[in-house]
Amino acid sequence: MLRKTFESEIQQVKDDVLMLGSMVEQAILNTVEALKKRDLKASEEILKADRLINKKRFDIENKLMILIATQQPMAHDLRLLASTMEIISELERMGDYAKGIANINIRMGDEALLKPLIDIPRMAQKGVDMLHRALTAFINEDVETARTLPVEDDEVDALYNQIYRELMTFVIQDPKTIERANWLLWVAHNLERVADRVTNICERTIFIATGEMGEIKSTDDEFWKQQKHE
Amino acid sequence: MENHYAIETNNLSIHYGKFTAVKDVNLKIERQKITAIIGPSGCGKSTLLRAFNRMNDFVPGSYVTGEVLLHGQNLYGRNVDPVEARRRIGMVFQKPNPFPKSIHENIAWGARINGFKGNMDELVENSLRGAALWDEVKDKLKESAYALSGGQQQRLCIARTIAIQPEIILMDEPASALDPISTLRIEELMQELKRNYTIIIVTHNMQQAARASDKTAMMMIDDQRAGTVIEYDNTNKLFTNPKEKRTEDYVTGRFG
Repeated sequence: MLRKTFESEIQQVKDDVLMLGSMVEQAILNTVEALKKRDLKASEEILKADRLINKKRFDIENKLMILIATQQPMAHDLRLLASTMEIISELERMGDYAKGIANINIRMGDEALLKPLIDIPRMAQKGVDMLHRALTAFINEDVETARTLPVEDDEVDALYNQIYRELMTFVIQDPKTIERANWLLWVAHNLERVADRVTNICERTIFIATGEMGEIKSTDDEFWKQQKHE
Repeated sequence: MENHYAIETNNLSIHYGKFTAVKDVNLKIERQKITAIIGPSGCGKSTLLRAFNRMNDFVPGSYVTGEVLLHGQNLYGRNVDPVEARRRIGMVFQKPNPFPKSIHENIAWGARINGFKGNMDELVENSLRGAALWDEVKDKLKESAYALSGGQQQRLCIARTIAIQPEIILMDEPASALDPISTLRIEELMQELKRNYTIIIVTHNMQQAARASDKTAMMMIDDQRAGTVIEYDNTNKLFTNPKEKRTEDYVTGRFG
Protein backbone atom coordinates (compact mmCIF):
# COMPACT_ATOMS: atom_id res chain seq x y z
CA MET A 1 0.00 0.00 0.00
CA LEU A 2 1.35 3.35 -1.08
CA ARG A 3 0.44 5.45 1.92
CA LYS A 4 1.10 3.11 4.82
CA THR A 5 3.54 5.40 6.62
CA PHE A 6 1.52 8.53 6.03
CA GLU A 7 -1.74 6.89 7.14
CA SER A 8 -0.19 5.67 10.36
CA GLU A 9 1.25 9.10 11.07
CA ILE A 10 -2.16 10.69 10.50
CA GLN A 11 -3.67 8.14 12.89
CA GLN A 12 -1.02 9.02 15.45
CA VAL A 13 -1.89 12.71 15.20
CA LYS A 14 -5.59 11.96 15.64
CA ASP A 15 -4.80 9.92 18.76
CA ASP A 16 -2.75 12.82 20.06
CA VAL A 17 -5.64 15.22 19.49
CA LEU A 18 -7.95 12.93 21.47
CA MET A 19 -5.38 12.79 24.24
CA LEU A 20 -5.11 16.59 24.30
CA GLY A 21 -8.90 16.80 24.27
CA SER A 22 -9.25 14.54 27.28
CA MET A 23 -6.60 16.54 29.17
CA VAL A 24 -8.68 19.65 28.53
CA GLU A 25 -11.96 17.97 29.49
CA GLN A 26 -10.40 16.80 32.74
CA ALA A 27 -9.00 20.27 33.46
CA ILE A 28 -12.42 21.91 33.03
CA LEU A 29 -14.18 19.44 35.31
CA ASN A 30 -11.41 19.51 37.91
CA THR A 31 -11.12 23.28 38.01
CA VAL A 32 -14.84 23.71 38.72
CA GLU A 33 -14.71 20.94 41.31
CA ALA A 34 -11.77 22.68 43.00
CA LEU A 35 -13.71 25.95 43.07
CA LYS A 36 -16.79 24.24 44.43
CA LYS A 37 -14.78 22.75 47.27
CA ARG A 38 -12.60 25.88 47.62
CA ASP A 39 -9.61 23.57 47.29
CA LEU A 40 -6.68 25.86 46.51
CA LYS A 41 -4.20 23.00 46.26
CA ALA A 42 -6.30 21.36 43.55
CA SER A 43 -6.33 24.67 41.68
CA GLU A 44 -2.53 24.80 41.84
CA GLU A 45 -2.56 21.37 40.19
CA ILE A 46 -4.72 22.79 37.38
CA LEU A 47 -2.04 25.41 36.69
CA LYS A 48 0.55 22.65 36.38
CA ALA A 49 -1.74 20.57 34.17
CA ASP A 50 -2.17 23.57 31.89
CA ARG A 51 1.54 23.63 31.22
CA LEU A 52 1.28 19.99 30.11
CA ILE A 53 -1.65 20.91 27.87
CA ASN A 54 0.42 23.68 26.26
CA LYS A 55 3.32 21.32 25.78
CA LYS A 56 1.11 18.66 24.21
CA ARG A 57 -0.29 21.26 21.82
CA PHE A 58 3.20 22.30 20.71
CA ASP A 59 4.19 18.65 20.26
CA ILE A 60 1.22 18.04 17.99
CA GLU A 61 1.87 21.27 16.11
CA ASN A 62 5.41 20.17 15.49
CA LYS A 63 4.28 16.78 14.20
CA LEU A 64 1.83 18.49 11.88
CA MET A 65 4.53 20.79 10.53
CA ILE A 66 6.79 17.83 9.84
CA LEU A 67 3.97 15.97 8.08
CA ILE A 68 3.13 18.99 5.94
CA ALA A 69 6.78 19.49 5.02
CA THR A 70 7.59 15.87 4.29
CA GLN A 71 4.35 14.52 2.85
CA GLN A 72 3.17 17.63 1.00
CA PRO A 73 -0.46 16.76 1.59
CA MET A 74 -3.16 17.53 -0.94
CA ALA A 75 -6.95 17.67 -0.98
CA HIS A 76 -8.53 15.89 2.00
CA ASP A 77 -5.16 15.28 3.68
CA LEU A 78 -4.32 18.96 3.43
CA ARG A 79 -7.68 20.02 4.85
CA LEU A 80 -7.27 17.54 7.69
CA LEU A 81 -3.77 18.62 8.68
CA ALA A 82 -4.44 22.36 8.33
CA SER A 83 -7.68 22.07 10.31
CA THR A 84 -6.07 19.97 13.01
CA MET A 85 -3.65 22.85 13.49
CA GLU A 86 -6.67 25.07 14.24
CA ILE A 87 -8.37 22.52 16.45
CA ILE A 88 -5.39 22.04 18.76
CA SER A 89 -5.19 25.78 19.15
CA GLU A 90 -8.89 25.84 20.16
CA LEU A 91 -8.23 23.07 22.68
CA GLU A 92 -5.27 24.88 24.13
CA ARG A 93 -7.40 28.01 24.63
CA MET A 94 -10.06 25.93 26.38
CA GLY A 95 -7.31 24.77 28.70
CA ASP A 96 -6.60 28.43 29.40
CA TYR A 97 -10.22 28.93 30.51
CA ALA A 98 -9.77 26.12 33.03
CA LYS A 99 -6.59 27.82 34.18
CA GLY A 100 -8.44 31.14 34.45
CA ILE A 101 -10.99 29.56 36.77
CA ALA A 102 -8.19 28.04 38.86
CA ASN A 103 -6.61 31.48 39.19
CA ILE A 104 -9.92 32.96 40.35
CA ASN A 105 -10.16 30.29 43.04
CA ILE A 106 -6.63 31.02 44.18
CA ARG A 107 -7.18 34.78 44.22
CA MET A 108 -10.36 34.37 46.26
CA GLY A 109 -8.15 33.01 49.05
CA ASP A 110 -10.18 32.19 52.11
CA GLU A 111 -13.20 34.22 51.04
CA ALA A 112 -16.37 32.11 51.03
CA LEU A 113 -18.33 31.53 47.83
CA LEU A 114 -21.20 33.98 47.38
CA LYS A 115 -23.54 31.04 46.92
CA PRO A 116 -23.31 27.27 46.54
CA LEU A 117 -22.43 26.32 42.97
CA ILE A 118 -25.20 24.61 41.06
CA ASP A 119 -25.48 26.01 37.55
CA ILE A 120 -21.74 26.56 37.14
CA PRO A 121 -20.94 22.82 37.43
CA ARG A 122 -23.83 22.19 35.04
CA MET A 123 -22.28 24.57 32.52
CA ALA A 124 -18.94 22.80 32.88
CA GLN A 125 -20.55 19.40 32.46
CA LYS A 126 -22.48 20.53 29.41
CA GLY A 127 -19.41 22.16 27.83
CA VAL A 128 -17.27 19.06 28.39
CA ASP A 129 -19.99 16.82 27.03
CA MET A 130 -20.22 18.96 23.89
CA LEU A 131 -16.45 19.00 23.51
CA HIS A 132 -16.27 15.24 23.82
CA ARG A 133 -18.87 14.70 21.12
CA ALA A 134 -17.27 17.35 18.89
CA LEU A 135 -13.94 15.53 19.04
CA THR A 136 -15.60 12.20 18.30
CA ALA A 137 -17.29 13.84 15.31
CA PHE A 138 -13.89 15.19 14.22
CA ILE A 139 -12.28 11.75 14.35
CA ASN A 140 -15.17 10.11 12.48
CA GLU A 141 -15.71 13.08 10.18
CA ASP A 142 -19.33 12.97 11.24
CA VAL A 143 -20.74 16.00 9.43
CA GLU A 144 -24.26 15.46 10.74
CA THR A 145 -23.15 15.77 14.37
CA ALA A 146 -20.81 18.64 13.54
CA ARG A 147 -23.73 20.59 12.07
CA THR A 148 -26.22 19.94 14.88
CA LEU A 149 -24.01 20.03 17.96
CA PRO A 150 -23.44 23.82 17.99
CA VAL A 151 -27.18 24.36 18.55
CA GLU A 152 -26.67 23.00 22.06
CA ASP A 153 -24.61 26.10 22.78
CA ASP A 154 -28.00 27.71 23.47
CA GLU A 155 -28.31 25.62 26.63
CA VAL A 156 -24.96 26.87 27.85
CA ASP A 157 -25.95 30.44 27.03
CA ALA A 158 -29.23 29.97 28.91
CA LEU A 159 -27.34 28.76 31.98
CA TYR A 160 -25.01 31.73 31.73
CA ASN A 161 -27.99 34.04 31.49
CA GLN A 162 -29.53 32.48 34.56
CA ILE A 163 -26.30 32.78 36.56
CA TYR A 164 -25.96 36.41 35.49
CA ARG A 165 -29.46 37.32 36.72
CA GLU A 166 -29.00 35.48 39.97
CA LEU A 167 -25.70 37.19 40.70
CA MET A 168 -27.19 40.59 39.85
CA THR A 169 -29.93 39.99 42.42
CA PHE A 170 -27.25 39.48 45.05
CA VAL A 171 -25.50 42.66 44.01
CA ILE A 172 -28.68 44.73 44.05
CA GLN A 173 -29.58 43.47 47.49
CA ASP A 174 -26.13 44.08 48.91
CA PRO A 175 -23.56 46.04 46.88
CA LYS A 176 -20.78 44.69 49.12
CA THR A 177 -21.14 41.39 47.26
CA ILE A 178 -19.96 42.94 44.00
CA GLU A 179 -16.50 41.46 44.08
CA ARG A 180 -17.59 37.94 44.98
CA ALA A 181 -20.37 38.09 42.38
CA ASN A 182 -17.90 39.29 39.81
CA TRP A 183 -15.59 36.36 40.43
CA LEU A 184 -18.36 33.88 39.77
CA LEU A 185 -19.49 35.81 36.72
CA TRP A 186 -15.98 35.46 35.31
CA VAL A 187 -16.05 31.75 35.99
CA ALA A 188 -19.35 31.45 34.12
CA HIS A 189 -17.99 33.58 31.30
CA ASN A 190 -15.00 31.27 30.88
CA LEU A 191 -17.31 28.27 30.68
CA GLU A 192 -19.52 30.01 28.17
CA ARG A 193 -16.47 30.52 25.94
CA VAL A 194 -15.66 26.80 26.08
CA ALA A 195 -18.93 25.99 24.32
CA ASP A 196 -18.27 28.68 21.70
CA ARG A 197 -14.98 27.06 20.82
CA VAL A 198 -16.70 23.71 20.43
CA THR A 199 -18.58 25.36 17.56
CA ASN A 200 -15.25 26.29 15.95
CA ILE A 201 -14.13 22.66 16.12
CA CYS A 202 -17.37 21.58 14.44
CA GLU A 203 -16.81 24.13 11.65
CA ARG A 204 -13.40 22.58 10.99
CA THR A 205 -14.83 19.06 10.94
CA ILE A 206 -17.31 20.12 8.27
CA PHE A 207 -14.47 21.69 6.29
CA ILE A 208 -12.33 18.56 6.49
CA ALA A 209 -15.15 16.33 5.33
CA THR A 210 -16.73 18.53 2.67
CA GLY A 211 -14.35 21.36 1.80
CA GLU A 212 -17.01 23.90 2.79
CA MET A 213 -15.48 26.63 4.89
CA GLY A 214 -17.88 28.80 6.85
CA GLU A 215 -19.35 29.79 10.15
CA ILE A 216 -22.11 27.73 11.62
CA LYS A 217 -24.87 30.25 12.28
CA SER A 218 -24.30 31.19 15.86
CA THR A 219 -27.14 31.99 18.19
CA ASP A 220 -24.75 34.13 20.20
CA ASP A 221 -25.75 37.28 18.35
CA GLU A 222 -29.36 36.71 19.37
CA PHE A 223 -28.19 36.21 22.92
CA TRP A 224 -26.43 39.56 23.05
CA LYS A 225 -29.39 41.32 21.41
CA GLN A 226 -31.65 40.04 24.14
CA GLN A 227 -29.28 41.31 26.82
CA LYS A 228 -29.43 44.78 25.34
CA HIS A 229 -33.20 45.03 25.13
CA GLU A 230 -34.02 43.85 28.61
CA MET B 1 -15.87 38.89 -31.24
CA GLU B 2 -12.40 37.65 -30.42
CA ASN B 3 -12.32 34.14 -29.08
CA HIS B 4 -11.65 34.08 -25.37
CA TYR B 5 -9.86 30.73 -25.44
CA ALA B 6 -6.43 29.96 -26.84
CA ILE B 7 -7.37 26.36 -27.49
CA GLU B 8 -10.73 24.71 -27.40
CA THR B 9 -11.31 21.02 -28.02
CA ASN B 10 -14.64 19.47 -28.89
CA ASN B 11 -14.94 15.72 -28.40
CA LEU B 12 -11.30 15.38 -29.35
CA SER B 13 -10.15 11.78 -29.68
CA ILE B 14 -6.70 10.70 -30.79
CA HIS B 15 -6.25 7.33 -32.43
CA TYR B 16 -3.27 5.21 -33.42
CA GLY B 17 -4.72 2.87 -36.01
CA LYS B 18 -7.50 0.94 -34.24
CA PHE B 19 -6.32 1.99 -30.80
CA THR B 20 -7.88 5.07 -29.22
CA ALA B 21 -5.28 6.69 -26.98
CA VAL B 22 -7.27 9.74 -25.93
CA LYS B 23 -11.04 9.96 -25.96
CA ASP B 24 -13.65 12.71 -25.91
CA VAL B 25 -11.66 15.58 -24.51
CA ASN B 26 -13.54 18.85 -24.12
CA LEU B 27 -11.22 21.51 -22.82
CA LYS B 28 -11.19 25.26 -22.97
CA ILE B 29 -7.65 26.50 -22.46
CA GLU B 30 -7.64 30.11 -21.32
CA ARG B 31 -5.35 32.71 -22.83
CA GLN B 32 -2.31 33.87 -20.91
CA LYS B 33 -2.85 31.32 -18.23
CA ILE B 34 -0.81 28.29 -17.30
CA THR B 35 -2.75 25.08 -17.67
CA ALA B 36 -1.29 21.89 -16.21
CA ILE B 37 -2.19 18.42 -17.40
CA ILE B 38 -1.67 15.77 -14.76
CA GLY B 39 -2.43 12.07 -14.44
CA PRO B 40 -0.78 8.68 -14.02
CA SER B 41 1.72 7.33 -16.55
CA GLY B 42 0.18 6.21 -19.80
CA CYS B 43 -3.00 8.25 -19.40
CA GLY B 44 -2.42 10.18 -22.61
CA LYS B 45 -1.15 13.51 -21.24
CA SER B 46 1.69 13.85 -23.75
CA THR B 47 -0.44 12.52 -26.59
CA LEU B 48 -3.02 15.19 -25.87
CA LEU B 49 -0.34 17.87 -25.65
CA ARG B 50 1.13 16.78 -28.98
CA ALA B 51 -2.27 17.04 -30.60
CA PHE B 52 -2.17 20.75 -29.84
CA ASN B 53 0.63 21.36 -32.35
CA ARG B 54 0.05 18.41 -34.65
CA MET B 55 3.15 16.58 -33.51
CA ASN B 56 1.21 13.30 -33.66
CA ASP B 57 1.10 13.78 -37.44
CA PHE B 58 4.59 12.26 -37.47
CA VAL B 59 3.32 8.98 -36.01
CA PRO B 60 2.19 6.68 -38.86
CA GLY B 61 -1.45 5.67 -38.59
CA SER B 62 -2.37 8.40 -36.15
CA TYR B 63 -5.40 10.57 -36.68
CA VAL B 64 -7.77 12.69 -34.66
CA THR B 65 -11.53 12.91 -34.55
CA GLY B 66 -13.39 15.83 -33.07
CA GLU B 67 -12.00 19.33 -33.16
CA VAL B 68 -9.10 21.39 -31.88
CA LEU B 69 -9.77 25.10 -32.26
CA LEU B 70 -6.82 27.43 -32.13
CA HIS B 71 -8.18 30.88 -31.32
CA GLY B 72 -11.43 29.66 -32.81
CA GLN B 73 -9.95 28.18 -36.00
CA ASN B 74 -9.83 24.46 -36.73
CA LEU B 75 -6.23 23.34 -36.24
CA TYR B 76 -6.82 20.22 -38.32
CA GLY B 77 -8.62 22.09 -41.11
CA ARG B 78 -7.73 21.20 -44.69
CA ASN B 79 -6.12 24.59 -45.39
CA VAL B 80 -3.94 24.56 -42.29
CA ASP B 81 -0.21 24.14 -42.85
CA PRO B 82 1.10 22.06 -39.93
CA VAL B 83 4.50 23.75 -40.15
CA GLU B 84 2.90 27.15 -39.75
CA ALA B 85 0.75 25.76 -36.94
CA ARG B 86 3.88 24.59 -35.12
CA ARG B 87 5.36 28.04 -35.47
CA ARG B 88 2.35 29.46 -33.68
CA ILE B 89 2.45 26.74 -31.05
CA GLY B 90 5.96 26.17 -29.74
CA MET B 91 7.06 23.18 -27.76
CA VAL B 92 9.61 22.51 -25.05
CA PHE B 93 10.52 18.90 -24.36
CA GLN B 94 11.47 16.87 -21.33
CA LYS B 95 15.16 16.65 -22.16
CA PRO B 96 16.81 19.87 -23.23
CA ASN B 97 17.56 19.45 -26.94
CA PRO B 98 19.68 22.36 -28.14
CA PHE B 99 21.15 22.15 -31.63
CA PRO B 100 24.87 21.25 -31.76
CA LYS B 101 25.65 24.87 -32.56
CA SER B 102 26.55 28.04 -30.73
CA ILE B 103 24.19 29.64 -28.24
CA HIS B 104 23.59 32.51 -30.66
CA GLU B 105 22.90 30.17 -33.56
CA ASN B 106 20.46 28.07 -31.53
CA ILE B 107 18.16 31.06 -31.49
CA ALA B 108 18.99 32.65 -34.82
CA TRP B 109 18.58 29.47 -36.86
CA GLY B 110 14.86 28.93 -36.30
CA ALA B 111 14.13 32.61 -36.73
CA ARG B 112 16.07 32.70 -39.97
CA ILE B 113 14.20 29.78 -41.54
CA ASN B 114 10.98 31.42 -40.46
CA GLY B 115 11.97 34.38 -42.59
CA PHE B 116 13.09 36.76 -39.87
CA LYS B 117 14.67 39.80 -41.51
CA GLY B 118 15.14 42.16 -38.57
CA ASN B 119 18.13 42.77 -36.30
CA MET B 120 19.26 39.26 -35.35
CA ASP B 121 21.48 40.26 -32.41
CA GLU B 122 18.59 42.12 -30.91
CA LEU B 123 16.27 39.13 -31.35
CA VAL B 124 18.84 36.82 -29.73
CA GLU B 125 19.27 39.16 -26.79
CA ASN B 126 15.55 39.69 -26.29
CA SER B 127 14.83 35.98 -26.49
CA LEU B 128 17.59 35.16 -24.02
CA ARG B 129 16.35 37.88 -21.70
CA GLY B 130 12.82 36.54 -22.05
CA ALA B 131 14.06 33.14 -20.98
CA ALA B 132 16.02 34.62 -18.03
CA LEU B 133 19.31 33.39 -19.49
CA TRP B 134 20.93 36.54 -20.93
CA ASP B 135 23.05 37.51 -17.95
CA GLU B 136 24.53 34.03 -17.73
CA VAL B 137 25.48 33.70 -21.41
CA LYS B 138 25.93 37.21 -22.81
CA ASP B 139 29.74 36.87 -22.81
CA LYS B 140 29.81 33.47 -24.51
CA LEU B 141 27.24 33.60 -27.28
CA LYS B 142 29.67 32.00 -29.72
CA GLU B 143 30.30 29.00 -27.49
CA SER B 144 28.57 25.68 -28.02
CA ALA B 145 25.16 25.30 -26.40
CA TYR B 146 26.39 21.96 -25.11
CA ALA B 147 28.71 23.77 -22.72
CA LEU B 148 25.69 24.99 -20.75
CA SER B 149 24.24 23.20 -17.73
CA GLY B 150 21.02 21.19 -18.12
CA GLY B 151 18.93 23.96 -16.61
CA GLN B 152 20.56 26.57 -18.85
CA GLN B 153 20.06 24.36 -21.91
CA GLN B 154 16.38 24.06 -21.10
CA ARG B 155 16.08 27.85 -20.79
CA LEU B 156 17.93 28.12 -24.11
CA CYS B 157 15.27 25.86 -25.63
CA ILE B 158 12.62 28.16 -24.20
CA ALA B 159 14.48 31.17 -25.63
CA ARG B 160 14.60 29.40 -29.01
CA THR B 161 10.85 28.79 -28.77
CA ILE B 162 9.95 32.38 -27.96
CA ALA B 163 12.31 33.73 -30.65
CA ILE B 164 9.80 32.72 -33.30
CA GLN B 165 7.04 34.44 -31.33
CA PRO B 166 4.51 31.68 -30.85
CA GLU B 167 1.09 32.26 -29.33
CA ILE B 168 1.13 29.16 -27.20
CA ILE B 169 3.98 27.29 -25.56
CA LEU B 170 3.55 23.59 -24.86
CA MET B 171 5.84 22.08 -22.25
CA ASP B 172 6.20 18.34 -21.85
CA GLU B 173 7.77 17.66 -18.45
CA PRO B 174 10.12 20.61 -18.94
CA ALA B 175 11.78 20.27 -15.55
CA SER B 176 11.81 16.55 -14.87
CA ALA B 177 15.46 16.22 -15.93
CA LEU B 178 16.53 19.26 -13.89
CA ASP B 179 17.70 19.80 -10.31
CA PRO B 180 15.37 21.61 -7.84
CA ILE B 181 16.94 25.05 -8.31
CA SER B 182 16.80 24.87 -12.11
CA THR B 183 13.24 23.58 -11.76
CA LEU B 184 12.22 26.60 -9.70
CA ARG B 185 13.89 28.86 -12.22
CA ILE B 186 11.81 27.34 -15.03
CA GLU B 187 8.66 27.73 -12.94
CA GLU B 188 9.47 31.39 -12.22
CA LEU B 189 10.12 31.88 -15.89
CA MET B 190 6.72 30.41 -16.73
CA GLN B 191 5.10 33.08 -14.55
CA GLU B 192 6.96 35.74 -16.55
CA LEU B 193 6.09 34.13 -19.86
CA LYS B 194 2.38 33.95 -19.21
CA ARG B 195 2.12 37.72 -19.55
CA ASN B 196 2.60 37.21 -23.27
CA TYR B 197 1.93 33.55 -23.92
CA THR B 198 -0.52 30.82 -23.12
CA ILE B 199 1.28 27.91 -21.52
CA ILE B 200 0.22 24.29 -21.32
CA ILE B 201 2.42 22.01 -19.25
CA VAL B 202 2.38 18.26 -18.79
CA THR B 203 3.90 17.25 -15.50
CA HIS B 204 4.28 14.21 -13.28
CA ASN B 205 5.19 16.45 -10.43
CA MET B 206 1.98 17.36 -8.66
CA GLN B 207 3.61 19.96 -6.48
CA GLN B 208 4.83 21.61 -9.63
CA ALA B 209 1.33 21.67 -11.11
CA ALA B 210 -0.01 23.01 -7.81
CA ARG B 211 2.68 25.71 -7.55
CA ALA B 212 2.95 26.81 -11.12
CA SER B 213 -0.41 26.53 -12.84
CA ASP B 214 -3.69 28.44 -12.87
CA LYS B 215 -5.85 25.62 -14.19
CA THR B 216 -5.37 21.88 -13.98
CA ALA B 217 -6.75 19.08 -16.11
CA MET B 218 -6.72 15.64 -14.50
CA MET B 219 -6.49 12.71 -16.93
CA MET B 220 -7.21 9.04 -16.37
CA ILE B 221 -7.59 5.96 -18.54
CA ASP B 222 -10.90 4.15 -18.85
CA ASP B 223 -11.34 0.35 -19.07
CA GLN B 224 -10.45 0.41 -22.78
CA ARG B 225 -7.16 2.09 -21.83
CA ALA B 226 -8.20 5.33 -23.51
CA GLY B 227 -7.19 8.45 -21.61
CA THR B 228 -9.63 11.23 -20.95
CA VAL B 229 -9.95 14.36 -18.86
CA ILE B 230 -11.96 13.48 -15.77
CA GLU B 231 -11.75 16.84 -14.02
CA TYR B 232 -10.75 20.32 -15.11
CA ASP B 233 -10.82 23.18 -12.66
CA ASN B 234 -8.91 26.03 -11.06
CA THR B 235 -5.69 24.59 -9.67
CA ASN B 236 -6.43 25.86 -6.16
CA LYS B 237 -9.73 24.06 -6.15
CA LEU B 238 -8.49 20.84 -7.71
CA PHE B 239 -5.72 20.38 -5.16
CA THR B 240 -7.67 21.37 -2.05
CA ASN B 241 -11.14 20.07 -2.77
CA PRO B 242 -11.45 18.06 -5.97
CA LYS B 243 -14.89 16.99 -7.14
CA GLU B 244 -13.88 13.55 -8.41
CA LYS B 245 -12.94 10.74 -6.07
CA ARG B 246 -10.35 9.53 -8.61
CA THR B 247 -8.69 12.97 -8.63
CA GLU B 248 -8.63 12.95 -4.83
CA ASP B 249 -7.04 9.51 -4.82
CA TYR B 250 -4.42 10.54 -7.36
CA VAL B 251 -3.40 13.86 -5.81
CA THR B 252 -3.19 12.34 -2.34
CA GLY B 253 -1.00 9.51 -3.65
CA ARG B 254 -3.44 6.64 -3.21
CA PHE B 255 -2.51 5.44 -6.67
CA GLY B 256 -0.69 6.58 -9.75
